[in-house]
Amino acid sequence: MAAHGCNYSALLLIICSVSVFIVADSQDTTLSGGHHAAAVEDNPQAATEAAGKTSEQPAVEERSWEATEVEEATLHEAAGDKQDTPAPETEAPSPVPQPKDDFQEELVIRPLHSGDIYASFQFRTLWETDFMSGNKVSHYRLFPKSLGQVISKFSVRELHISFTQGYWRTMQWGQPFQPAPPGAELWVWFQDSVTDVDGTWKELTNVLSGIFCASLNFIDSTNTVQPSASFKPLGIGNVTDHRFLRYATLPREIVCTENLTPWKKLLPCGSKAGLTVLLKSEKLFHSSFHSQAVHIRPVCQDWQCKTTSWELRQTLNVVFDLHTSGQGKREWSLFKMFSRTLTEACPLASSSKIYIDITDDPQGELFELSPATPLLSQAMVLGDRRTFSVYDLMQPVTFGTVRSLNPLIRWKSSEGDMLRPLLHAERYVAGYGLQTGEIHTLMYNNHPYRSFPVLLLDTVPWYLRLYIHTLTVTSKGKDNKPSYIHYQPSKDRLRPHLLEMLVQLPPNSVTEVTVQFERALLKWTEYTPDPNHGFYVGSSVISSLVPSIVAMDTNITMDRPLFSSFFPCKEESSFFVRVYTEPLLVNLPTPDFSMPYNVICLTCTVVAVGYGSLYNLLTRSFQIEEPSPGLAKRLANIIRRMRGVPPL
Amino acid sequence: MATTEVEHRRGQLASLSIAAVVIIVGVPLWWRTTETYRAWLPVSQINELANLQLQLSADVEVVFARGTVTPEQQKKVPLTKTQDEEHTVDEDTALRYRYETKYRTANIMEEDALNQPSAADADLSLHTLSESLCGSLVVYVIPESSSLLPEDVDVYIGQRRTALLRNGAQMRVGRTIEQLLAHLEPRIRQVLKVMSFSHTDITAALSGRVRLSPGNKESIADSMRAFKSSPGYEITFSLLNPDPKSHRLHWDIEGAVQTYIQPLLTKLAPVANFSIDSQTLYYAMLGVNPRFDSSRNAYTLNSDSLAHVINPVEARLGSNAASSNPVLNFLLYAPDAQHSPLYIQDRQKQKVPSNAFHSPRWGGIMVYNVNSFYGPEAVFPVDINIDMAKVMGVFLAQLRLLLGVQSTTTPPGFLVAPCSSTGLADWELDRLMWSRSVENVATAATTITSLAQLLDQIGNIVINDNIAEQVSSAVTSLQLAVAELEAGNLGFALQYSKEAILASERAFFDPSLLHLLYFPDDQKFAIYIPLFLPMCVPILLSLLKIISDARQRRKERQAKKD
Repeated sequence: MAAHGCNYSALLLIICSVSVFIVADSQDTTLSGGHHAAAVEDNPQAATEAAGKTSEQPAVEERSWEATEVEEATLHEAAGDKQDTPAPETEAPSPVPQPKDDFQEELVIRPLHSGDIYASFQFRTLWETDFMSGNKVSHYRLFPKSLGQVISKFSVRELHISFTQGYWRTMQWGQPFQPAPPGAELWVWFQDSVTDVDGTWKELTNVLSGIFCASLNFIDSTNTVQPSASFKPLGIGNVTDHRFLRYATLPREIVCTENLTPWKKLLPCGSKAGLTVLLKSEKLFHSSFHSQAVHIRPVCQDWQCKTTSWELRQTLNVVFDLHTSGQGKREWSLFKMFSRTLTEACPLASSSKIYIDITDDPQGELFELSPATPLLSQAMVLGDRRTFSVYDLMQPVTFGTVRSLNPLIRWKSSEGDMLRPLLHAERYVAGYGLQTGEIHTLMYNNHPYRSFPVLLLDTVPWYLRLYIHTLTVTSKGKDNKPSYIHYQPSKDRLRPHLLEMLVQLPPNSVTEVTVQFERALLKWTEYTPDPNHGFYVGSSVISSLVPSIVAMDTNITMDRPLFSSFFPCKEESSFFVRVYTEPLLVNLPTPDFSMPYNVICLTCTVVAVGYGSLYNLLTRSFQIEEPSPGLAKRLANIIRRMRGVPPL
Repeated sequence: MATTEVEHRRGQLASLSIAAVVIIVGVPLWWRTTETYRAWLPVSQINELANLQLQLSADVEVVFARGTVTPEQQKKVPLTKTQDEEHTVDEDTALRYRYETKYRTANIMEEDALNQPSAADADLSLHTLSESLCGSLVVYVIPESSSLLPEDVDVYIGQRRTALLRNGAQMRVGRTIEQLLAHLEPRIRQVLKVMSFSHTDITAALSGRVRLSPGNKESIADSMRAFKSSPGYEITFSLLNPDPKSHRLHWDIEGAVQTYIQPLLTKLAPVANFSIDSQTLYYAMLGVNPRFDSSRNAYTLNSDSLAHVINPVEARLGSNAASSNPVLNFLLYAPDAQHSPLYIQDRQKQKVPSNAFHSPRWGGIMVYNVNSFYGPEAVFPVDINIDMAKVMGVFLAQLRLLLGVQSTTTPPGFLVAPCSSTGLADWELDRLMWSRSVENVATAATTITSLAQLLDQIGNIVINDNIAEQVSSAVTSLQLAVAELEAGNLGFALQYSKEAILASERAFFDPSLLHLLYFPDDQKFAIYIPLFLPMCVPILLSLLKIISDARQRRKERQAKKD
């Protein structure tokens, strides 16, 4: 019987793991037509310098501004040239070219059970162009020029970058729409025409660090890995060779206003119109969680995938703590959160909407929303069917007579319980002393009856030396053998540990992964300026296809809200979830940093005492000296000399 | 007694040997372990380059058409003359211009070409006859009776490297060839001034190296306007739409660049690489509020407020992420509906006809009023197509100015052919190449000499092999560039000078010259003294004692002798 059960579970495991691989493979829809090799410009120095460089301010001088005198000749010539192209006449309106790009903006607000408010902004720019073929893309309209240049110069196929301040509390807040680890995270798929991926990656991080004013230039080989299974391309493409993938996190990165400003600059409307007027840093950073991200990927234009376009998604997720800012009242409005109200949509946007999640409160018992909106929308998001009240900013009627929109939620009771997230994980360091320790990763499957496989990715810096033979995976007190393990040992000062495994999580269980490590001694110049604060170890990443309670939407081209269309969904019965654990803070043995001074003092003393006496021993000649006469004798001698008598 | 003497002797020997070990083993060991690696640099050649002696040579061919020389003059004609002109710019920079003039008579095909009905046709067919080299010039002397040139025009400067010069009336017959040449000489000199390098251009190109004497404000302004020589430029066209709610602007920048800008840049390809991109910026405001002028029923921007216009826009333009070449910005500003029409006023309160201005070494802005495209009852937003011919005419003129294609003032009696579809005549390109080569040579020489000086001053910077390699390749390219300028091969000279500038910049900005911490000498001694003092003091003291003992003994011996 036991054997039978064992066989059964093994079969299930195999089936599930196979299905994960199939799904992972099928995410990469092959694109009709091959990629042409984009010319890789080889100019490493220029790029790094360019990143930090701002154009010089023109010298403001009396003479420096001149009206341009266009010579008649030039104008005539130009006009003469023009003859072969039809000149657009002022009177006859020539047909307006159809723009090849499209911009959408969206804000989702979800009242959380903890009493906090989750606001998620998404801005999507779609551009029907081809960065991958040889011809140079150089004329930009809605797509930001700086990112376009980065894509074409470094032959990037997919780029995902996120900056996060604070940690997403899955157990209290549920799953976020776009998960992100604390600190900075960057992962990039390069095109298969790139030959020197590491060199390109290095340049790219330097340029991005300039664009986003972040310390991404600290990404080097010691914190970069090439995950083999966890990070598959989210867009279309036929390359899944992980040679072209680079993944790095900087858990120490602090996110603040200087990162928000360049992020806002990438938006076509800047911070002047539409939803972006709400993005004021003094409010956004006065929050429990702040995460901003940029995702660039190629996507299909239609369901047949005949034409492709580039998608730039800029997302910003904030969780506001209402208990501290609401003066005890459970009441919330746009103005309270952002100290702004909305008056218009971004005129460049083709759609501009606010969604407010009212799923938990269908009858209006829990809270009250005003102004009421007749528009309701349902969306499958994260394995759940949610109901939203929608405000369409493109309709003037939304703004009412006061010409401004300020939705308000007033709670009536604080009851209600949350659906526990099906997958959730946490991590901590155990052990005492400064020599060894143990990393514990706990993964919770809260599904009552379904087990599912998860991919765990762990990157550990080289200065924590993992003892991989101590790796244990246990669920429900029993050993749970991972069906796939990819381990790349670290090299000191060169690369980190990479551990990836596929683990089956039994229903309603906790799976614990432990591994022991030893702390290495660093060279004294390798310590950070505040070494006693500890050293960060990036979050583990858990990616999984979680069985869904409701049927998921698999139609990728149907007009769906942006927040529900980020991760491509390939089958109805499950949905993709990525969970990040807490980053770890580990103390390393730190030396006394006044050491060089002590060493100098000590050597000098040793040299002075040791060498001096040795030298004296070697060079001085020692002889017995007559003992000097006593005091009485000397006195007597003085007296005798005075008397003119010979001394004693 | 003898034992103490032996003991004393042994002590002296011991201290002597310790001192010997310290000096023979210790000092070289310390020296070797604290030494920094410094690769060999061609210092003497760099010092030679610090004293820049440039010679520019131009080949000039003077061709006499039929009817300008008499048969006896013609016999003597194939002859060559060399003229030198020397200028000392400052104590380490000297210039020498050499014109190698060849005189000959026209051959039959050239005669045919000169019989064309108009000067432009003659210019074209002369060009097809012989491909003249970069930097060289051909002057055709045509008889006074020739109908090629209009009445009041004496000199016609073509689009290529040829000029037509009408022979003066008084030089008809009966003079010797020397007199004829002496008469032609000042005219040819004038032609050369226009079509080839002129002293003002060259000194302007040297402005990075030589401090120009103040006073000639106009030429300083001219030299300040153009961008510094660089191996590449990024040209960015930005459409500023401060009011996307009312105006939906469409510009066919791709087609316009192909039609208007690309021919010029193709022509300029030997000088630098260019890359073009464009972007549209919404809600980009100017830094000043235009004033309403009720007499014109329009808003105006004064010329003295132009300096403040760009600053807020500049923050949005963004630097080029993909290269570090200088960026030329061209902004097309369509004023918002509330502030149109908008005109730029010059100092005399007059409307600037092009409605555009440019800023030296930065770029240009053009204000494009769109309010005339729609009536008062128009429904916002209005779709507007921008007339790119008008815009590009202005931007092309600004681009020429910013790239340093000078519009020369011609002496009276000169007729300059209107420029072709490329927007640039061959001789204009030559002029640009002359001044760019000189500028590159001067900049690279200054960079290399200051690098050598820096490395010489700070003795403990590590000089890696790759830096030494860059420095020597820069020096070689510089020498080659100078030699090619001397030989009159303009194309090669520019090529080598570009290589020199690239190599010298790479050496100068190499990170390895910076990342090593180097300590000043006093700090080094502060570290060494506690270590060395306890070692050296006993050795020195015992050495002194030995010397004084030896002296005393000698004195005693002498006293004994006496």
